Amino acid sequence: MVAVDLAQRVLAGDRLALARTLTQVENGTEEGQLVLNQLFPHTGKAHLVGITGASGTGKSSLVNQLVRHYRKPDPGETSKQVAIVAVDPTSPFSGGAILGDRIRMRDLAGDPGVFIRSMATRGSLGGIASATSALVQVLDAAGYELVLIETVGAGQSEVDIARLAHTTVVVEAPGLGDDIQAIKAGIMEIADVLVVNKADLQGVENTERALRSALNLSHPRPRRLLHHGRLETIDEESGSTHQGPMWQPPILRTIALDGTGIPGLSDAIASHRAFLESTGGWEERERWRLQTEFDLLLQNSLVENFLAGLPGDEYQQVLGALLERRISPLQAVAQLMDDAI
Amino acid sequence: MSERKIRVLIAKPGLDGHDRGAKVVARALRDAGMEVIYTGLRQTPEMIAEAALQEDVDAVGLSVLSGAHMALVPRVLELLKANGQEHVKVFLGGIVPDEDVPLLLEMGVIGIYGPGTLSDSYVKDIRKAVLADNT
Repeated sequence: MVAVDLAQRVLAGDRLALARTLTQVENGTEEGQLVLNQLFPHTGKAHLVGITGASGTGKSSLVNQLVRHYRKPDPGETSKQVAIVAVDPTSPFSGGAILGDRIRMRDLAGDPGVFIRSMATRGSLGGIASATSALVQVLDAAGYELVLIETVGAGQSEVDIARLAHTTVVVEAPGLGDDIQAIKAGIMEIADVLVVNKADLQGVENTERALRSALNLSHPRPRRLLHHGRLETIDEESGSTHQGPMWQPPILRTIALDGTGIPGLSDAIASHRAFLESTGGWEERERWRLQTEFDLLLQNSLVENFLAGLPGDEYQQVLGALLERRISPLQAVAQLMDDAI
Repeated sequence: MSERKIRVLIAKPGLDGHDRGAKVVARALRDAGMEVIYTGLRQTPEMIAEAALQEDVDAVGLSVLSGAHMALVPRVLELLKANGQEHVKVFLGGIVPDEDVPLLLEMGVIGIYGPGTLSDSYVKDIRKAVLADNT
């Protein structure tokens, strides 16, 4: 009853209801889950854009400029409703967090077409929080046409964003590493658009050259990103729907402080969307994301049910045997499985 | 997943540029396990109320060293109320003359913490005020 009411208010554009829903969903409360169920049929319209890259490359400033551009576009284009989810790390010691991304987004204050929400990772290590995907769904249902997701300062393995976003923008800055950094696995591989920010600094040519040669070395192939950054390559016989041209990530220079290069970045993001839509990539990404989410929830609830169905202290006994090294971890699992059947 | 985190907005309204105190408080609240949204210098009351709304915070800490607290604080309280956020606890840090303290408390500020305050005191006050509403 209350959940239905809250969902209705979110759909009607009530910002207070939206903010409260985001809190409930982030905290995983029962009310939050009910509202999310109500809102879910209204999702699937927003273009989800991930912004990731190392700390201090200028992600927040770039988001600030990009959203300013979306709100005041070139003549002939319509301005878009934009939501931002900005993720910062939770302290592993206190569980607290300082969420400072808004500092760079002060130009966006007072604009009713922009909604900014900061969130802490709360223990997730993939660069976003485990509830980020659910928060994005709420903002999508609330009618924001573009949802920008800014990850924590990400280095090499924080690639969960590629599973969530339609378009992933990887932000680099001059002077952060040589060309070997650029061909290492991880974050470079998930880029749909590469940005060299702070392009007024020395060394921008070197950074750009390193990125370009890294891209030229890689051979684009259809693949999908599974949970925890596991990549699955799809071979041609297994019935991939993805055929035709492959996307080549453009490399763009920007200066987020004064807005140089921002219209080009906006165009590149739009081109990537158009590419996804014309090649079937959009549906494919939607499918992977929802399937991964479904699988993960299913696994969690199967484990929960399984453990709840075990007799008494069975789990503790097997764990005890494992700790005494009488059985191996694999044997421990086998024993629990046998006992349950 | 279903943990309840206290969310606090730390803001500096007005024109003074001294944010060391605000950063110390932000850090202390972080160490107490709270999620602190830090918005930086020179915020208008409108910007603060809007951020408090979007972030759905439990408390707002204002740091004022300019002497303009008797203008800025009532305005923030008024805007929070207008947005339907009268439950948000507001506390104050900075330089506040003793004679203004009773007036501010009467307006609804839960605590005023000047230089030399131990972080334990405001951590405890905020937690108590926020949790009192949620039980």
